[in-house]
Amino acid sequence: MTSGGIGRWFSAWTAGVVLALSGGAAMANPEPDQLNMTKGAAEWSPYGMHMVALWVCVVIGIVVFGAMFVAMFRFRKSRGAVAEKWTHSTKLEIVWTVIPVIILIFLAKLATGGLTSFADTTGSEMTIKVTGYQWKWRYDYVEYKGKPVDRVGFMSKLEETSDRTRQLKSNLDPDKIQVDGYKTYLLDVDKPLVVPVGVKIRFIIVGGDVIHSWWVPALGWKMDAIPGIANSAWTNLKEPGVYRGQCAELCGQDHGFMPIVVKAVPKAEFEQWLATQEDEAKVQKAAQTAQATPVTAPQG
Amino acid sequence: MAHDATHDHHDHHGAPQGFFQRWVMSTNHKDIGTLYLVFALLMFFIGGAFAMVIRAELFKPGMQLVQPYFFNEMTTMHALVMIFGAIMPSFVGLANWMIPLMVGAPDMALPRMNNLSFWIMPFAFTLLLSTLFMPGGGPAGGWTMYPPLSLQGESIAYVVFAVHLMGISSIMGAINIIATILNMRAPGMDLLKMPVFVWSWLITAFLLIAVMPVLAGAVTMLLTDKYFHTNFFNAAGGGDPVLYQHIFWFFGHPEVYIMILPAFGIISEIIPTFARKPIFGYKAMVFAIASIAFLSFIVWAHHMFAVGLPMGAEIFFMYATMLIAVPTGVKVFNWVSTMWGGSMTFETPMLFSIAFVILFTIGGFSGLMLALAPADFQYHDTYFVVAHFHYVLVTGAAFSIMAAAYYWLPKWSGNMYSETWGKIHFWSSVISVNVLFFPQHFLGLAGMPRRIPDYNVAFANFNMISSIGGFWFGASQLIFLGVIVHCVYFSKKKAADRSWEGAKGLEWTVPSPAPHHTFDVPPVIHDDELAHGHTDH
Repeated sequence: MTSGGIGRWFSAWTAGVVLALSGGAAMANPEPDQLNMTKGAAEWSPYGMHMVALWVCVVIGIVVFGAMFVAMFRFRKSRGAVAEKWTHSTKLEIVWTVIPVIILIFLAKLATGGLTSFADTTGSEMTIKVTGYQWKWRYDYVEYKGKPVDRVGFMSKLEETSDRTRQLKSNLDPDKIQVDGYKTYLLDVDKPLVVPVGVKIRFIIVGGDVIHSWWVPALGWKMDAIPGIANSAWTNLKEPGVYRGQCAELCGQDHGFMPIVVKAVPKAEFEQWLATQEDEAKVQKAAQTAQATPVTAPQG
Repeated sequence: MAHDATHDHHDHHGAPQGFFQRWVMSTNHKDIGTLYLVFALLMFFIGGAFAMVIRAELFKPGMQLVQPYFFNEMTTMHALVMIFGAIMPSFVGLANWMIPLMVGAPDMALPRMNNLSFWIMPFAFTLLLSTLFMPGGGPAGGWTMYPPLSLQGESIAYVVFAVHLMGISSIMGAINIIATILNMRAPGMDLLKMPVFVWSWLITAFLLIAVMPVLAGAVTMLLTDKYFHTNFFNAAGGGDPVLYQHIFWFFGHPEVYIMILPAFGIISEIIPTFARKPIFGYKAMVFAIASIAFLSFIVWAHHMFAVGLPMGAEIFFMYATMLIAVPTGVKVFNWVSTMWGGSMTFETPMLFSIAFVILFTIGGFSGLMLALAPADFQYHDTYFVVAHFHYVLVTGAAFSIMAAAYYWLPKWSGNMYSETWGKIHFWSSVISVNVLFFPQHFLGLAGMPRRIPDYNVAFANFNMISSIGGFWFGASQLIFLGVIVHCVYFSKKKAADRSWEGAKGLEWTVPSPAPHHTFDVPPVIHDDELAHGHTDH
């Protein structure tokens, strides 16, 4: 596959560059042979800045490496080149100190804007608490549209087929694990995080045992889940869809096996889902109280 | 009388005959330099073997070879062995061999300490590597040893003591280098006439002295947290896991430059030699190294953009990090300008140096991208970062060490290596290393986290390409070993004292191989012999 792979690479590269230039469709989840960062599915995305930085580097690279290759061709001893004596040029040195500074100021301005908007969690209409455990995530819905959510929370861990397949020498085929045509090996969970689209969601992210990092590329960021520290971040998803990610901070033996799935649904559908969850929680609580009553009643 | 005494001295002090006397009891900078280099080469192959395990497991999706925990041991040990066992000792070995020769000193300033600082290393690494054979296994929390995860491991005490030993060794080595450079230069070898390699090591040695104790402090706190009920990093006891990261990276970022500044020095020696033209902007080169060293102390939190720092801190560390691009850019531009107008030939050391300039710069570009905090929220802890630091450490630091080995082997061994096989080694390495690491940029951008033993099938093709490049690069290094062994023991081609036509500097005025003792009498320095004899430019 190597030579074919490398050939495919270059055609894919070209396609990728064209896509990047034309602002082509974004892939939200990892795709085979994907070359570039996803544009994401959220209001905030570092994609634009990434592309600017990439092109700045490419242009500087072409100039510097181009000069090097010209030098290597022109100033070869085998072509009869005789070494010159100069060792210094104040003018040139000022030029190549000042120009990078200007480029950096431009990049810094761009990045500062990105940071400022990322840090601003005000105006969120929903709060979800994310807790990282070895090796699963817990999601607790704290508040929605200013109202506290009543006991809606659950664990979310690697779904069973992937878990069986990933065992050492299982001889099961990872390619066979698919959901709606997408190969979800190690990127699917038993119970996804359900969120509404078009709502600014604030995440409170903490670690339950060791440090984890909550990362869904389509959201545009990752944030560490650290014991004893409550980190916050926000997203506002534009389109319904299933967005996949995984833990990004080494957290022990099953670090590679704690995926994240965010299922974004229209607001009405979400509100219905949330109501069902709250009802279930109520029923569960009632059942617990009922269970508890026979024990306590005789004493009371 | 002085002359007579020295002469006498010279006659009776060849290399000691017995193996034990010569190598274990050595106080000779050349022999200790050789020990460091041989040790580093051994560690390079051990660390490389760990990398082969990693690339083999990642060859295709699914777990085929090792358990996830063992995979984590491999990533952790690969990093520790390569950083502390291969890259750093080889730079110290080069310093030992070359600094006294370059500044016209008879030996290192503190020869007995020199012996001690080398002989600590084998013990440190025996301690570290022995953990792999223990019931609880080796360290598996990453080379950064972040708590609380690292405290779950049972081998933390071994790792901490090993790190302490490496730290002591490094600090002693650094003291020795500073003492040698500041006190033992031959008369007339002014600071601003020193080779750039010597300058780069002088600055690096100060970095080492400044930060190795910080690392020792951080890991000692891990030790007391684990065994003596302290709570430095335990949130439940009022501690803070992020505190460790601040302390670690306050060491860790200068450490990154400890592994690249001597490389800058080496490249600044080799390119002028094979371009037959003095280095462009000597003072700017020295000043750039010093600026980078200074900046390295105020950028540590760019390793921590995703830990949830306050925005002001993110902005400060982002700006400071971006600033490093300026002196680094100056260095790259100056290397290119040194080539411009030269009369170039392309022997193996030059090939490795040119590859260094290009590929290290590619690592610098991805470094600039990583410096942009908002973009780093995506890049952080992905294969994009893995690609970045392997470009600066493998095609940067390791390539510079290979360049140095080819450049100075004739001086060390008295024989020329096989240019044909050197070039085969170069081309095989430079192609395979790009097959190995370039696709990792794509993997990271597409969403593959680092330090995972298995992955989604979307990442399959590039991982397979990367693994093939990895095996190929690993195999290529056997050629390197072969070239060295051939050169030292079998080569029939004797090296001239000035082994390279364009080579300047005091090390080329002594015979090849360099005799056991050199510069018993300080050399009379002729500015024309030095690469930077005339300080007016």
